[in-house]
Amino acid sequence: MIEIDQITKIYDGARAVDAVSMTVETGTITVIVGTSGSGKTTLLRMINRLVEPSSGDVRINGEATAEMSKTALRRRIGYAIQGHGLFPHYTVARNIGVVPQLLGWPAAKIAARVDELLDLFSMAPEQFRTRYPAELSGGQAQRVGVARALASRPDLLLMDEPFGALDPIIRARAQEDLRRIQRKLGSTIVLVTHDMQEAIQLGDRVAVMDAGRLVQHATPAQIITEPATEFVAEMVGGIERPLRLLSLIPACEIAQDGQIEGTPLPAQTSLRDVLAQCLASGRDAVPVLREDGTQGQVTLAAIRARAQSRA
Amino acid sequence: MLSRPGLLFAALGAAAIFLPFLTLAANRIVAGQGVPIWSLAQAAPGLVALVLGLALGVISRPALRLLGAALGLAGLLWLLVQGSNALLSDAGEFARVSPAAGFWCLLVVLSLLMADALGALSPGPWARAALLALTVGLVALLLRSGALSDLSIMQEYASRKSGFQTAALRHLGLAFGSLAAAALIGLPLGIACHSSARLREATLPVLSFLQTIPSLAMFGIMIPILGWIATAVPGAKAIGIAGIGFAPAFFALVLYSLLPVVANLLAGLQSTPPEAREAARGMGMTGFQRLIKVEFPLGLPVILAGLRIVLVQNIGLAVIAGLIGGGGFGTFVFQGLNQTATDLILLGTLPTVALALISAITMDILVELATPTAERTR
Repeated sequence: MIEIDQITKIYDGARAVDAVSMTVETGTITVIVGTSGSGKTTLLRMINRLVEPSSGDVRINGEATAEMSKTALRRRIGYAIQGHGLFPHYTVARNIGVVPQLLGWPAAKIAARVDELLDLFSMAPEQFRTRYPAELSGGQAQRVGVARALASRPDLLLMDEPFGALDPIIRARAQEDLRRIQRKLGSTIVLVTHDMQEAIQLGDRVAVMDAGRLVQHATPAQIITEPATEFVAEMVGGIERPLRLLSLIPACEIAQDGQIEGTPLPAQTSLRDVLAQCLASGRDAVPVLREDGTQGQVTLAAIRARAQSRA
Repeated sequence: MLSRPGLLFAALGAAAIFLPFLTLAANRIVAGQGVPIWSLAQAAPGLVALVLGLALGVISRPALRLLGAALGLAGLLWLLVQGSNALLSDAGEFARVSPAAGFWCLLVVLSLLMADALGALSPGPWARAALLALTVGLVALLLRSGALSDLSIMQEYASRKSGFQTAALRHLGLAFGSLAAAALIGLPLGIACHSSARLREATLPVLSFLQTIPSLAMFGIMIPILGWIATAVPGAKAIGIAGIGFAPAFFALVLYSLLPVVANLLAGLQSTPPEAREAARGMGMTGFQRLIKVEFPLGLPVILAGLRIVLVQNIGLAVIAGLIGGGGFGTFVFQGLNQTATDLILLGTLPTVALALISAITMDILVELATPTAERTR
């Protein structure tokens, strides 16, 4: 559990981050979202003390970070940034092994961990281990950057716009990968982005920053249906809000009885995708699987009713 | 397809064939008389090789151009050896033969042709090192064989054998010693400047100012300063500090070297991509670990390039040390200037040029080896 307590950063009299408090539960993804200059990156960088707080505390599992040495603290926390930041003169294996090596792991243990992580990110170890960053595509380099941040099994993973430099298709895949790996490893992640769609898709909790203040910290559904301020509503994007809400709801939740023709969609398909299916096929209903495996259907009318019900 | 530079070299080479190839003089001081290639005895094989070499240089395939350059140089050497031998055999006792404008022009043209062909072949660093070793070995063999001993410059060498060795050692000592001293001072200074902007702002202008002092003036300034230190500081004289000689030359060279060493070190350390530096900090590397593991290896090509500049610059500047009794090849240059003996000047100049070339090529190879593999192969 990460507790952020009344943390403040003042630059030349201006409050870049103003008395922010929040708690990040172990094994969850918290996404900090805001416009540029909102203080979101400063907040993130105060967690591993790349920026020293002017006042306030951060505690990791009860331990105050201010009392640890900076280097020891940072080696416990994974850190992945936009543009990956891989060392160009190190191979992929050496890049991933940086923190374990700083922590003094034996070479055989590091090599085994490198292969395990490459496998986890669907990159064949024997093919990628000896490559240099210049020989990787943007998406591969980004995956190696995240693998490097996870290498020492850190208590916490901080990610600063990790997908910012990727094109939309690769970005969507990278987001899915991150979600899958986080579920598998049970990692605790704090991720910064300016993209509300990314925040809603990835976050268990979303923290919205505006002008140095934390204006709302809630589940994605709450952010969409009950925006705390005008600013949050604007970030969610007024007219697209119903679609964003639908993207959070699995089809099985509103499936009704009824056998109709066609291959049923998986139970976890989002209502947004179901709606797209309806529009594309010109039908008023599509078949879906329910959680118990039986077949049901979702109708356009049911989707409309769900979208209007606000939560 | 024809090679455009090759066409240019062929035209220039063809013109150079009509220039005087050797100079025959009655003794080592008086001006000589030019002798063209075709009036040399047994010139035919050499001339044929020369023309054939230049013609091969026109072809677009680099390997053939390289062969042409080698063939041309062999022809040039044949003409030099045969020609000087024949000219001296029917001249007076004190007569001297030296290469003239035609020889030097052809040497330059053929060297350029060789460099152009090698550039197109772009051999790897190890192949270049082997080529350099081969060239140096061949030239050393040629000099040892005595085939060139008829030339005036070799006669100057023969009469100064032991002096030449001392001068060579002194020259190497000045150039490499000042490089080592500048690296010992400059590397810590550069690292300190890297971490402190205030120190950087104070240091670089001073070093830049030192660089603007003309070399002759710098050597001159050293004389009274070191002379005073020698008399005022006890023990200074005992370790070789004096107003003239090796010490002032050495210190002047060190002062000149500091700017390239420090400036390139700074540029090298700052060439680390900002994201890599940020990641290194965020992953918990200490300042020292960042310097050793990330900034220094990534900056190494630029840092070595700085040392290359210093080495080549100091090999040249060390010639001026001859003026203030510092020794080195400059001794022959200034003696030759005083006696108007051109060949004595060349005896100082040619080894200096060769030394600078060898150093430059060696350092270039080291710079390339220090560049990260992936960037090199791209």
